[in-house]
Amino acid sequence: MLRFIVRRLLQLIPILLGLSILLFAWLRALPGGPALAALGERATPQRIAEYNEAFGLNEPVYVQYLKFLGRAVQLDFGTSARTGQSVTSEFFLRFPGTIELTLFAMAFAIGVGIPLGYLAAKKHGGFVDNASVIGSLLGVTIPVFFLAYLLRLVFAVELGWLPGSGRQDVRIDATHITNFYVLDGLLTREWDAAWDALTHLVLPGVALGTIPLAIIVRITRAAVLDVVNEDYVRTANAKGLATTTVRNRHVVRNALLPVSTTIGLQTGLLLSGAVLTETVFAFGGVGSALRQAISDRDYALLQGFILILAVVYVLVNLLVDVSYGLLDPRVRTR
Amino acid sequence: MSGVQVPQTPVLEVEDLRVRFQRRGEPATLAVDGVSFAVAPGETVGLVGESGCGKSVTSLATMGLLPKRGVQVSGSVRLDGQELLGAGDRTLRRLRGKDMAMVFQDPLSSLNPTVTIGVQVTEVLAAHRGMKGDAARTEAVDLLDRVGIPDPRRRLGEYPHQLSGGMRQRALIAMALACSPRLLIADEPTTALDVTIQAQILELLRDLVQGSGTALVMITHDLGVVAGLCDRVHVMYAGRIIETAERRDLFARPRHPYTGGLLHSVPRLDSGRGTPLTPIRGSARDTIPWAQGCAFAPRCDVAEDDCLVEVSGSEVELVPDGGTRELRCRHPLTPATQTAGAPS
Repeated sequence: MLRFIVRRLLQLIPILLGLSILLFAWLRALPGGPALAALGERATPQRIAEYNEAFGLNEPVYVQYLKFLGRAVQLDFGTSARTGQSVTSEFFLRFPGTIELTLFAMAFAIGVGIPLGYLAAKKHGGFVDNASVIGSLLGVTIPVFFLAYLLRLVFAVELGWLPGSGRQDVRIDATHITNFYVLDGLLTREWDAAWDALTHLVLPGVALGTIPLAIIVRITRAAVLDVVNEDYVRTANAKGLATTTVRNRHVVRNALLPVSTTIGLQTGLLLSGAVLTETVFAFGGVGSALRQAISDRDYALLQGFILILAVVYVLVNLLVDVSYGLLDPRVRTR
Repeated sequence: MSGVQVPQTPVLEVEDLRVRFQRRGEPATLAVDGVSFAVAPGETVGLVGESGCGKSVTSLATMGLLPKRGVQVSGSVRLDGQELLGAGDRTLRRLRGKDMAMVFQDPLSSLNPTVTIGVQVTEVLAAHRGMKGDAARTEAVDLLDRVGIPDPRRRLGEYPHQLSGGMRQRALIAMALACSPRLLIADEPTTALDVTIQAQILELLRDLVQGSGTALVMITHDLGVVAGLCDRVHVMYAGRIIETAERRDLFARPRHPYTGGLLHSVPRLDSGRGTPLTPIRGSARDTIPWAQGCAFAPRCDVAEDDCLVEVSGSEVELVPDGGTRELRCRHPLTPATQTAGAPS
């Protein structure tokens, strides 16, 4: 198992190298180069020359790349053009929000998806089954930003049940230790702050969780339909086990194998930034920072964020593979 | 048991069992068509026939393991006098694993791949004997030991894929025997195993059943299994029993042409090299409905016109044929024809 993890981590190196070259080349290939991008179109030639000198842009490209790489491994991606903060500290300020949002969205998708998928399979061909199949088809096809706007319009603007923007009400004077706002509220025993942060997660979380939910319903349903016809389920019934034991130990446990893969992949996707949803709900996570950086031409931040997110994505996938080994003993011993 | 017939209350009585599969948009199929048999304590009864003759469906119907949707079961199945058909799910779950148990054909797919052998054994003990923790584990080690699994304590923590095929079947037998059931149904328990392992498993089953008074129903297409194990044999064809006899009688004097055909299609060591086997003509699909005549008639070498209902005016019935034998045939084999086609 350890060798497997180490091998996967080593595989990360060429992926990141390739990605960094792409990002680096992309930044150099901008019309007018980084200087023009940073200083604007009306920058004087002298300012551009100064800028190039200051940032070492006159050196050969490979020297620039190696220097960039050297700093990157120390988690130094330069400073954000917009805030003047280091890109790394910007990331750690923003990422907790995205993690909270992802966890909420996945909790929603899993909590609703697996029981619904199971129920659909149990009532195969019945009303619940047909409704869930059609519903999940709708779920995957509705554009997320549209659903996000719709949810915001109905539940935040019209009904006013839930907050429709931000991560926390600005009027709450909350102490932030970890930047996980819900967690912070719990740690500092500021219950109202924690609750408020949680309510801020609901609408973006539901919008974001819809596609994973739809996929989980479908995969659970298909997996359960497969598993209930397996010989070992018949064996379990032949042993006279209680229906709950048959369901939990013999049906669901095996049906969850393919579902767990989906859950992992979807979590990785959501973690790497829900640009559209975070933008609609003005949610201060990684996604909205990315959008902001694009419109601000904040290339250092874009470059840094994308590289870090790539690492996160690969690590989450590694976690999925490792957990798959825990769930399925047949994978473990191979 | 064979030979002397002591009148005993049977453990299992199956009477006029009919199983009809009905799928939407398809004509119904009668997989089991009026099957009756009984198994006494300590007796081993074989249900023999080709694939699709209804023997497995008979066993699943007995255990109440057929899917509910699209399946109609009628007749009567009694375990120690208690009617099982129409019994509630709860009642059946209490009986299954405790009073009646089953061993299946493919040991690998019959075991849950994600659960250890230990849990799969102890869950039976927990469900029916209320055993938990160390007591259950100790009993599980005992059970695995009894079915001849070496180093049983270590096996408890292992998963099915870590065991060999024979070992898996032994584990399944251990689970089936965990509560010393009154009835054990073994559905082709050796089909998926190597020949050497087959013999070991059969021997194990015989040893375990002998003396314990467990009634064993052996479902098989393999006459070798029958010869080694069964006291009484029911030969099935197209959902009906066509011949019933004591094992020795059946092998010595097959009366139904189908039984004769089965016996002749078994390779024998004492026949000369190059002697061709005599298979039964056609396949199990070449049948006619029993309502039209003997279902085996299209494949039968000795069939006559009156095997058909339109000629004789009545269906071929299962009738007593001397001693404890029963036969469903109008033109049974005679001593002269019993060896016809057999390697001499």
